[in-house]
Amino acid sequence: MFEQLESRLTTTFAKLRGRPRVTDADLEEALRDVRVALLEADVSFKVVRSLVATVRERAVGAQVVRSVTGAQQVVKIVHDALVEMLGSEAVPIARAERPPTVIVIVGLQGSGKTTSAAKLANLLRKQGRKPVLVAADIHRPAAVEQLEALGRQLQLPVRRVVDPARDAARIVAEPGGDTVIVDTAGRLHIDEAMMAEVEGIVAATKPHDVLLVVDAMAGQDAVDAASAFHARLPITGLVLAKVDSDARGGASLSVRAATGIPVKLMGTGEKLDSIEVFHPDRLAQRILGMGDVVTLVEKAQEVVDQKEAEEQAKKMLEARFTLDDFYTQLQQVKKMGPLGDLMKMIPGMGQLAAQIPTGPETERELKKVEAIVSSMTRAERADLTILNGSRRKRIARGSGTTVSDVNHLVKQFEEMRKLMKQLGPALRYHGPLRR
Amino acid sequence: MSIDSGLEKTRGGFLARLFGRTQEPEVTEEWLERLEEALLRADLSVSLVDPVMLQVRDVVREGRAKTVPTVLDAVTDALVQVLVTEERRQGGTPRVILVVGVNGSGKTTTAAKLAKRLKDEGARPLLAAADTFRAAAIEQLERWAQRVDVPIVSGRPDGDPAAVVFDAITAAKARGHDVVIADTAGRLHTKGHLMDELGKIVRVAGRAREGAPDEVLLVLDGTQGQNAIVQAREFTKAANVTGLVVTKLDGTAKGGAVFAIANDLRLPVLWLGVGERPNDLVPMDPRAFVTAMFERGREGRPAGRPVRTSDERP
Repeated sequence: MFEQLESRLTTTFAKLRGRPRVTDADLEEALRDVRVALLEADVSFKVVRSLVATVRERAVGAQVVRSVTGAQQVVKIVHDALVEMLGSEAVPIARAERPPTVIVIVGLQGSGKTTSAAKLANLLRKQGRKPVLVAADIHRPAAVEQLEALGRQLQLPVRRVVDPARDAARIVAEPGGDTVIVDTAGRLHIDEAMMAEVEGIVAATKPHDVLLVVDAMAGQDAVDAASAFHARLPITGLVLAKVDSDARGGASLSVRAATGIPVKLMGTGEKLDSIEVFHPDRLAQRILGMGDVVTLVEKAQEVVDQKEAEEQAKKMLEARFTLDDFYTQLQQVKKMGPLGDLMKMIPGMGQLAAQIPTGPETERELKKVEAIVSSMTRAERADLTILNGSRRKRIARGSGTTVSDVNHLVKQFEEMRKLMKQLGPALRYHGPLRR
Repeated sequence: MSIDSGLEKTRGGFLARLFGRTQEPEVTEEWLERLEEALLRADLSVSLVDPVMLQVRDVVREGRAKTVPTVLDAVTDALVQVLVTEERRQGGTPRVILVVGVNGSGKTTTAAKLAKRLKDEGARPLLAAADTFRAAAIEQLERWAQRVDVPIVSGRPDGDPAAVVFDAITAAKARGHDVVIADTAGRLHTKGHLMDELGKIVRVAGRAREGAPDEVLLVLDGTQGQNAIVQAREFTKAANVTGLVVTKLDGTAKGGAVFAIANDLRLPVLWLGVGERPNDLVPMDPRAFVTAMFERGREGRPAGRPVRTSDERP
């Protein structure tokens, strides 16, 4: 998500920076580009209009036209306006002083409520809480069975209801856990009977968090729908679902701008642990092509042993790096997630990442490399010079590849090591790892 | 997209103009802005709206159209033209219809409603529950099958979806069903392996019956924005989509993203999902669809058109 918005804005800014002095025409052109980029990203029409107006007003006020630093100033003004739109601090999920904490999940049909409820329960359990799920969607066929199946996978209790409001309240009174998560039926914001039903659930359970699930692929209507929900229910946070699509996510972000409700979580995949706390400031930086180093480092810390990583970096720079080390790294990188996602978090790499194929071919290519390396003996990995013809043939057979694949990998690795040797001294002082 | 052809047609209505439209409001700059807003808020792509608005402004500046109804009719006609595309479906017996789309777009509901409609038209449909991935998706379609009284072939959870489709086609042949409607798992078009799986379902369907599937219906959530265009492109690549179904149009969303899809990929919109009841799947009527874009929005509605009251939902 978001990367295309990023690349659009980066192009606009690059054009602007190329000008010695910003003219009125340059400013108008940049504003037109920003408008189109935001609209293409599904940012709400109203939000776009006010954002463009704000930027124009501030740009005129700051006298960017004809100023030597005009372009820089425009970029900063757009950046600030975007940050204002996204909000800044992450807002945590509520925790009641006296348990149970009650969380009600609401949203349109198909936005991803049931999956989000299960993922949230999983996340909270990891934080040491004892969640209980309540299947209060009694309208969609098999919605209860869906949540029960997810509950079984997570080994978490799922409670059924007959009358959603009455029974949910009874479960809250005797929860058998410290956090009650109520999954409600999907409903249209203009469906009076259904909106009354969910009002009843909220009134009966007195939730500490009412989370509205918004599809990351939503269009212009998202703001109207969310506003209608907010008018009837005390919505305290948004959950962005399906963020692993390539949607630019503008509508879901507009909801924050239009209603002031903070985004708390985002769903990032099909697996039940694919949910993340939302950090708006990091996202603004990512959209503007400034990378998201903090998330990258956090991801790395989750899976990489710090000492080992330092040792490997040192080895790499001194060209003592072997295929064995490379294999270990490959495994660690794989644990961190798809390569393309990681690239996007590195400052300045967003644009580059778009050019690097990250689809199934790349993953296949990586698998091939993995197969070849794992078909080598330890001695071979440590010292590639011992690879004679018959060893290469054996490796190719063992990995289901060809000798030319093996040769190719060996050659590439040698070249990389040569490059590292040359770059080593420079990287050590100005490397991407230094902030 | 050109609004000129629309203008030509409207100009011919001399009598209508003489008698019915003497009090027509003139186009103002403010009205033009509201027109643009209505189009953008309906999720029409900015890449379509900008050229249309340029043409409209030209036409107004040159005095070729002066009144609100004239311009609105011309824009309506131009948009309708975009939606009029040829059908692509093939013929074979049993006819095989594959229902595909991203998660939560409304595939299962659409499959059931379509089965109901075909049954009401005298066909003998068979449903295939090939969403073996999502928890309880099979139960969901089974409930629907019961509700619309159409027989169903179901897969096992985590089973091979292609095998379910194969079995359903074979069963249809044996039991004399003339159409098979297969519901598939929701998949994001960004997941390479899931798109590959879809390709496999298509290939295996062709093995069960030469030339199958006859139709691949991409279900698009009408509340979604510009990403629908990417979805259409990617699903067409993986499964050769033949037509679109736009769902959830009973709310306030207008599904305008389909214009870019129809324009770029020449894919016809065949069905609209307008509610949760079994009968809430209606054939596409391009003119009504375009007109509804201007009428339904409360704030985005340009002046000069009456608000529909009789059949509008609250």
